[in-house]
Amino acid sequence: MWDSIQDFFRDLAERDAAWNFIYIYDNKELERVLDGMWVTLELAVVCVVCSVVIGLVGAWLQGARSRIVRSVVQGYIQFFRNTPPLVQLMFFYFALGQFTPTFSPDGYLQQPIISNIGWAIISLSFFAGAFNVEIFRAGIEAVPQSTQEAAESLGMSRFQAYVYVVLPLAFRVSLPSLNNNLVNLVKTTTQALAIAVPELLYQLVSIYNDYSTAQNACMVLMFVVYITLVGFLVFGMNRWERRMVIPGYGGGGG
Amino acid sequence: MTDAANGNWTPDRPIVSLNDVHKSFGDLEVLKGISFDVMKGEVICIIGPSGSGKSTLIRCVNALNPIDSGSITVEGQEVNDPKLNKLELRKKVGMVFQQYNLFPHKTALENVMMAPVLVLKEDKGSVEARARALIRKVRLDGKEDSFPGELSGGQQQRVAIARSLAMQPDVMLFDEVTAALDPETVKEVLVTIKDLAQEGMTCMLVTHEMGFAREIADHIYFTDRGVIVEHGPPATFFDEAKDPRTQEFLGQIL
Repeated sequence: MWDSIQDFFRDLAERDAAWNFIYIYDNKELERVLDGMWVTLELAVVCVVCSVVIGLVGAWLQGARSRIVRSVVQGYIQFFRNTPPLVQLMFFYFALGQFTPTFSPDGYLQQPIISNIGWAIISLSFFAGAFNVEIFRAGIEAVPQSTQEAAESLGMSRFQAYVYVVLPLAFRVSLPSLNNNLVNLVKTTTQALAIAVPELLYQLVSIYNDYSTAQNACMVLMFVVYITLVGFLVFGMNRWERRMVIPGYGGGGG
Repeated sequence: MTDAANGNWTPDRPIVSLNDVHKSFGDLEVLKGISFDVMKGEVICIIGPSGSGKSTLIRCVNALNPIDSGSITVEGQEVNDPKLNKLELRKKVGMVFQQYNLFPHKTALENVMMAPVLVLKEDKGSVEARARALIRKVRLDGKEDSFPGELSGGQQQRVAIARSLAMQPDVMLFDEVTAALDPETVKEVLVTIKDLAQEGMTCMLVTHEMGFAREIADHIYFTDRGVIVEHGPPATFFDEAKDPRTQEFLGQIL
């Protein structure tokens, strides 16, 4: 079955040079594409999780008593929200990357402790995290002060009230905007190309640089993969939103 | 009854004692020297026109609002002490709010169970048995699994009472608990409070229900512009009010 599909595309490439799906019939190129997809998926999942954690912690710190803590969070948000993610990626990798310690696995070559994938994860997570802080803050502010007072009057600490009462309610308010931001984050992972992270876009660009006839086929794959990836994310988030609906409370999700 | 945490308090001394309590919000002085004592098992009602500081007063008793000067003690423990362990205070003092303030993402049963499990670290099984008994006590059998949004105002308020009682407090504070209810459901909430009072629970109520106050209170306090204008047992208070401000207020209401 797979052989005949490969044969079909090999014939197609010979008949029409504009449609060279080389990554289907050439196993070496296929491997590059699969590797790229894997890195993209890895980058997307890790960044989504880290950015949500950053958002939750940041939103918690925004309510801190210390003015210094609050200004640090505010400074972080302004820095990451007001600069392009591409610039952040390059700044982190090329500028900060110069100052990180190196290690030598083979005793010969020196390698930086944080790889380019590491920098991509750090920079993209902080980028999306800055937006998540604001998204969660909006949700937290939508929880009435009186609900928190009730938790407090029952003896809960500020942390317990945050985790068990405020967050579950704030989350429901935040989910639609969070959904948006995470979709954006997954799409922004393609910019890791700029620091040579071997994700899908990087691999496809390399392929059509090697085989110029494969350009159209590579473009098609790029769209299909990202539509599918983001589609799964949106599907999951929407289902989650519906599952979180509380009977008799709010209108979210219908 | 005596334990190290609350000094040498014994039930023959006031369970709640206010002494020259002052409280301002900005330039507005809401409480201008309030003093009174509540004995164990006593039911007191605080009445007065809107903005006279009734709610602030009752909120100060469980430290939801800090006071500026004077002293409030609960079972001999100073509420205004900056070193106060608020958890110890809130185990002793239960509070019910005008807007019920139930946790909308938890069922009625979960609302009642939450604080004992989280705050008192009690065993879930025994808390559940107690919570179910409390829900029966407030006459809501069968509503255990309903969410607050699926209950009427009166039902929600009774869940809120059960939630407070689950912490097994020694004093209950009621802050205009029927003010947000429609006339038909007011009664069911009042009956619940009356049951409690008859069982010997120490209750402090802020209320506009004069008939109810007259029926259940041992003592009535009338506040106006931050001071106690007049107080006395219901019979004397309602029928032989001496102060012109009290007379005017009662004249408008009764």
